[in-house]
Amino acid sequence: MIRIGVPSKGRLMQDCFDWFSARGVAMRRAGSDREYSGIVEGVEGVVPVLLSAGEIPRELAAGRIHLGVTGSDLVREQLGEDEVAEIAKLGFGQADLIIAVPNVWIDVETVDDLDAAAAGFRRAHGHRLRIATKYHRLVRDFLQSQGVADYQLVDSQGATEGTVLNGTAEAIADITSSGETLRANHLRILSDGLIHSSQALLWASRVAEWSAADRATYAGLAAKLGVPAQPY
Amino acid sequence: MTQKAAIRAEGERLLAAFVAAGAVPVEADILLPAGTLLDLYGEDIRARAYVTDDPVRGEMMLRPDFTVPVVQAHMAHGAEPARYAYLGEVFRKQMRGSGRASEYLQVGYEVFDRAAPEAADAEVFALFRDLLAGLNLRPVTGDIGILMAAVRGLETTERRKAALLRHVWRPVRFRALLDRFAGRAPVPADRVRLLERLKAGSPSQLIEEAGTFVGLRSAEEIAARAEALVADAETPPIKATEAALLYDLLSLEAPAAHALSHLRGITAMLPAIGPAVDRFAARLDALAERGVDVATLAFEASHGRTALEYYDGFVFSFLADGLPPVGSGGRYDALTAVLGAGAFIPAVGGVIRPGLVARLKGAVQ
Repeated sequence: MIRIGVPSKGRLMQDCFDWFSARGVAMRRAGSDREYSGIVEGVEGVVPVLLSAGEIPRELAAGRIHLGVTGSDLVREQLGEDEVAEIAKLGFGQADLIIAVPNVWIDVETVDDLDAAAAGFRRAHGHRLRIATKYHRLVRDFLQSQGVADYQLVDSQGATEGTVLNGTAEAIADITSSGETLRANHLRILSDGLIHSSQALLWASRVAEWSAADRATYAGLAAKLGVPAQPY
Repeated sequence: MTQKAAIRAEGERLLAAFVAAGAVPVEADILLPAGTLLDLYGEDIRARAYVTDDPVRGEMMLRPDFTVPVVQAHMAHGAEPARYAYLGEVFRKQMRGSGRASEYLQVGYEVFDRAAPEAADAEVFALFRDLLAGLNLRPVTGDIGILMAAVRGLETTERRKAALLRHVWRPVRFRALLDRFAGRAPVPADRVRLLERLKAGSPSQLIEEAGTFVGLRSAEEIAARAEALVADAETPPIKATEAALLYDLLSLEAPAAHALSHLRGITAMLPAIGPAVDRFAARLDALAERGVDVATLAFEASHGRTALEYYDGFVFSFLADGLPPVGSGGRYDALTAVLGAGAFIPAVGGVIRPGLVARLKGAVQ
């Protein structure tokens, strides 16, 4: 049996079901729409596991699911390349992880400006410039690769765009799809502040146990989906 | 003997040698307040050190090295001059699949002495050389002080010099800034557009037009940097001859004695490095007195720039192929000023990894 983790609700679940269905693999929730179990038709030996999209990376890394559909932002934030393999980009769930600063920062256009502003900010205020985010690893790796100093990441698990207005951060790094919320909160994206361009992907766990039967099942599924016959 | 016991025995042997050389053995906490380390090294340290949480003391870090706690202890209640030695675990996150240890012993030796910094540099280096003799290691030395003196001596604005000095330990960014200040890299299109916008009005007017003011960074700070950007755009590039010397210095790799004559040669054109080169010469004399062959000792002007950002003078490593540095250290005068709340004392020291020594001796796998 291959266990495939799919998002349990909302737009992401529907887009995911549509993607599989367009390839002859019907996926739906069983029973009432409050029950978190699912059914796959059109291919034998595949069990859907309905999970919060945010938990799918962890389940892949633990090997409790063989396959999973979730955003590349969450996987890159939480996992290493030796834990999962990318099978297919699904073409939905697009969102960009970006850095945004107050629109009134007329002197800041790029990451380079942000670095210089951080140096001045620390001198003036005695603490490092705060960037609110929940994507600590992706943001830190990005800023480190750009050689940015004198900043600190402060954790924000929601309503991140409001942190500057509320005085708990000077800048933010967050997922945005349209930018409207940013504008409403008087923020502007740095012109070179794109950290990660995310979308939903189908991932294979390198940690899960893949028996010969599982691999055969996978090959059958892969043929329908039009992806390589080996998971990785 | 188990591997750990064999490594600890090697550590004890080295610690005893440091004590025999005059050091007082000291202990340091394993759980350190994260704030001090984060303020010193920035967020980058989070990728290297284990951060944990204490319900009362807040964010704590598993000791990533001894330098900070030893310096703090000395600045708080140390007598001068002082020599300290320590032995204990340090904890460093490693890249996946690197196979490198994330918990290992370090044994170290630190000298706080105002009298003769170059002699102290040589003392530490020679001590490490003696203790690591027979392991077929390759010593490499450097001097970040010369590079910093060269930057301070550039004929350009204080603002540009400060920007370069701030990034001495981030070579990629340093290089990008230098390329821009020297006119070797074109002004990025983003910056051109930004400058055009800034020239369209006074900073206060532009800030006003940008809408609702949010955030702690004040209008005065924003305006000051906007004005500085416009002024910087009109600043002429660093002279080509001067820039060429700095590029040459960044890539200087030669036996130490040869490097000294090369540096003497360029001091005429870059007089600001004179005192730093004199210190380099004094150090080579002190090393020679201790039997170091400076005619063959490797010198790399950029050595130590990618280490944790606190070395600001002499730096050294003892290297073996395929291993992390077996021994390494350097001078960190500025760090004592930062941690000493105004007080300052010249300091130099280094660490050895007993686990690697034991491995090279065949005592452990």
